[in-house]
Amino acid sequence: MAATKEVSSTSPIGRETPRVDGPRKVSGKAQYSSDFHFPGMLYAVPVGATIANGRVEALDTAAAEKMPGVRAVFHRGNIGQMFRSTLGPAFDGICEERRPPFEDDVVRYYGQYVALAVADTIESAKAVADAVRVTYSKGKPNVETDLKADDEPDTVMTTFGERQRLDSHRGDVEKAFASAPVKLDQTYVTPAESHNPIELHATTAIWDGSKLTLYESSQGVVNLQGVLAQMFGLPKENVRVITKFVGSGFGGKLFPWTHCPLAAAAARKLGKPVKLVVSRKMMFETVGHRARTQQRVRLGGTPEGKLVSLEHDYVYHRSMLDGHHEDCGEATPFQYSVPNLRVTFGRAKRNVGAAADMRGPGAVPGMYATESAMNELADQLKIDPVELRILNEPKTDEGKDLPFSSRHLLECFQVGAEKFGWSKRTPEVGSMEKDGLTLGWGMASCAWVAARFAAEASVQLRNDGTARVACATQDIGTGTYTILAQLAAEKTGVPLEKIEVALGDTSLPAGPLSGGSMATGSVVPAVYAAADNAIASLLKIATTTAGSPFENRKPDELAFADGRVFIKTDGPAGAVPFADLLRRANLGVVTGNGKSEGTFGNPRAKYSTHSFGCHFVEVTWQPEIARLRVGRVVSVIDAGRIINPLAGRNQIQGAVVMGIGMALFEHTSYDRESGAPINSNLADYVMTVNADAPPIDVHFLDYPDKEINEVGARGIGEIGLAGIAAAITAAVHHATGVRVRELPVKIEDLLV
Amino acid sequence: MQIFEFSRPADAAAAVATAAKAKTAQQGADVRFVAGGTTLLDLMKLNVETPVRVLDINRLPLDKIEAAPDGGLKIGATVRNSDLAHHPTVQKDYAVLSQALLAGASAQLRNMATTAGNLLQRTRCVYFRDTAMACNKRKPGSGCPAITGSNRTLAVLGTSENCIATNPSDMCVAMAALEATIHVQGPAGSRAIPFADFHLLPGTTPERETVLEPGDLITHVTLPPPVEGSKQVYLKLRDRASYEFALASAAIVLTLDGGKVSRARIAMGGVGTKPWRSPAAETALEGQAANEANFRQAAEAAMRDAKPQSENGFKIELAKRCLTHALKTAANA
Repeated sequence: MAATKEVSSTSPIGRETPRVDGPRKVSGKAQYSSDFHFPGMLYAVPVGATIANGRVEALDTAAAEKMPGVRAVFHRGNIGQMFRSTLGPAFDGICEERRPPFEDDVVRYYGQYVALAVADTIESAKAVADAVRVTYSKGKPNVETDLKADDEPDTVMTTFGERQRLDSHRGDVEKAFASAPVKLDQTYVTPAESHNPIELHATTAIWDGSKLTLYESSQGVVNLQGVLAQMFGLPKENVRVITKFVGSGFGGKLFPWTHCPLAAAAARKLGKPVKLVVSRKMMFETVGHRARTQQRVRLGGTPEGKLVSLEHDYVYHRSMLDGHHEDCGEATPFQYSVPNLRVTFGRAKRNVGAAADMRGPGAVPGMYATESAMNELADQLKIDPVELRILNEPKTDEGKDLPFSSRHLLECFQVGAEKFGWSKRTPEVGSMEKDGLTLGWGMASCAWVAARFAAEASVQLRNDGTARVACATQDIGTGTYTILAQLAAEKTGVPLEKIEVALGDTSLPAGPLSGGSMATGSVVPAVYAAADNAIASLLKIATTTAGSPFENRKPDELAFADGRVFIKTDGPAGAVPFADLLRRANLGVVTGNGKSEGTFGNPRAKYSTHSFGCHFVEVTWQPEIARLRVGRVVSVIDAGRIINPLAGRNQIQGAVVMGIGMALFEHTSYDRESGAPINSNLADYVMTVNADAPPIDVHFLDYPDKEINEVGARGIGEIGLAGIAAAITAAVHHATGVRVRELPVKIEDLLV
Repeated sequence: MQIFEFSRPADAAAAVATAAKAKTAQQGADVRFVAGGTTLLDLMKLNVETPVRVLDINRLPLDKIEAAPDGGLKIGATVRNSDLAHHPTVQKDYAVLSQALLAGASAQLRNMATTAGNLLQRTRCVYFRDTAMACNKRKPGSGCPAITGSNRTLAVLGTSENCIATNPSDMCVAMAALEATIHVQGPAGSRAIPFADFHLLPGTTPERETVLEPGDLITHVTLPPPVEGSKQVYLKLRDRASYEFALASAAIVLTLDGGKVSRARIAMGGVGTKPWRSPAAETALEGQAANEANFRQAAEAAMRDAKPQSENGFKIELAKRCLTHALKTAANA
């Protein structure tokens, strides 16, 4: 669909805008969830199971209950009632691990909470937790890494509801593959990965009669409110969730985990505020992880490089009770034109904690597999990998049979190849050198869904010339405070520094999850509608206030621009600031509310809405010391209009850094004997550090997508991580000749 | 962490007298000295170290770097790793030590970590650091799950059927190559321990990591006079570019004479159960031409007795490449 770029020199939209909350963060004034303290507050430390499969036979708390500072040791026998929650009719009530803590004596994964120590200080609580003695009957844990699909029906229940295991199909894929002149059949593996935001999960629970307030590090306060209300049998309005700042979540904080109701249950029993901060070790055990996947990709093609068939059959692991769906085939049906296609999935139960969304869930591991297959096919055909993708560019979304709202992937390739210097690539392995280092160049494309969640917002104009915008979404470090300020500034003409942004509190108008890269796109129409309503009320006030310069005019004779009201036919020369009009009417504020519906999962969509992009990667290779490093990356992203390019580039760069970790370092290993995530600390779970982060050149195409919202902004939180691992492994092959199909690429893979 | 008594002995004699009451000087000791605390405090938080008394030696006068009477260098026990790494004499005459220190940990940790503490740095084996797991080093006789479990980062040299834990220090590798001497004040007086004799192989007693006895306080380390014309290199290989323990490392002090190696001191890190001085590699090299074939020969000699485990066999080849490249770099320096 054709689109034009919009450039305005005065609008706050599209302007490089430093974070409005930056000064609070760097001065330590920003309060993260574990920074809140209350009189009489107690500290809770969970006791995690040291087996992964079995049963709690006995719990000896005698010694623990005599420890200094102890207030209580809770377990199944004394924690009190907690109910299960169910999925709501809208996109709410979501919880990856439905079993409330302590519901039964069965242990299904290592670290599962079996008791909770509460004491006066964090040190005492830790000592009390250490003193609890647990006796288990122990079975052999199943943490087998080879994944074969469990025997399950064609339709299975997942966290988000029922899913067909035959996810997408068209044509006759088996026949087409069998007769294809060129074939590729490979299996790609991605390991379990653990979210490791610097800010740990944390809850502080406070009861006031039958009202519960939770300070929680959350990517979705409204959903968390709904789940906790169900778990404690409360009306939703009796639960308030506050999340002022999040030290990132990467999807791990989208939905509540068991520590949250545990803290609430302890606070209920003890009649005091209770704080529970999850330890770094527990971050690997009890609060989700990206599921391990094993993906078979079969491509059939013509010698000229036209795809004739694509099969993507994948299996992922899941916990014993839960149904997190790792949607690896999300982008497969539409990324390339192919007449015969099939996407299926299977699941394999393991003694691991519930899996969860992790930045770019589904598509990130999925596109590692499909984009790697495309790169291998290009090598097999001796066709440039960019050229192969251009040859298979679709005109429509062939999976949904819908036009794309806005797709400029070919321009991404063109811009990326030019910025990177791709034309200088010589395809032979090890054929490129610079400064005595062997170079490897690789590329891949990426895609990520674009849609909106339902959202509400309010915009207030105040008689001192300031404004306030409020929404119960949250800023997870991505810049949502700034985005809302920019949106409100655009509509009200109030400068950014005079706009107060209120987020992260369920007492505000219900806002979206910070997930799926959808928060920004979702809040645009709600904030705009709220601002429009506030302005409409203002104009009415202006025409009805005695002595107002616009008294006895009709509101539709008036215009509002840059924070001032004027008569349309007179032009803005005699415009009056809204603050003057409010003061003249003896009003403190005028408020407008706005609401927009969600589009996510809409079965009657008229367009296929996605963001697209590509990555070009250079690695350097020193075979004499088996040292591989990523040297530079060029990423071109087509994500609609970019509201704040400064924060936007930051998102893509951060995703690329995480993608380097995915490709080269990150994996959670489960100990075969105990079932424990064995590398559960930041020394043994290797992630990218600054020294590994190369120059990352990010370019946005900036075509507005008006199908998403009036600004044309899609999301940018996740797309930068899709495709990057495939681009890196292609570069690794180009440099070393080694084709690694199981992430991460390790030194031992390259020591050949 | 369990409750402990914290005190600051007035002088070294008082520190030694109190520590001499401990049942052992090794892991699990009921009395421990603390300096930088970068290993001890971490392990106390994990309940791996559970001392009843912690003696803070930070205020004892052991924080000087001074010229030694024999022309060498005397390094106090509580000299911080960052101060040692950036000391002009160390940078000039003992470059391998400066390089090794700067390859370790992070700037923040190096600002705290001390010379004596680094000598006693404990393994990063995941089973050792988790009290829910069996570990012969932490709990003698309980078994070694690493041998059949997660052992990618563990040792291939100096292992026993009881323990395959790697010594994680970078500093110690350089000190082994520099032939440092460790000076100890104990209940029976002072003594000097050659570096090569300080750390013990795990054998049947992996809980014993050094020759220290109860009450022994490391007061300083001395380095011999600088080797005239020596070329020094520390090379560390790891998964990522920074802030990770070595998968393999090499410390080289090399002297060339007309294209031949006249003297070689070689130690390796990341591959041994202790800082791994390699006399075999030194012997293979001395008197030989300084060329790549001979460097590779020396590397083969260094790793001849290596024993791979299920996940760490790659370390043998990686260590050979590490040593070969480090020798080549030193020779060309």
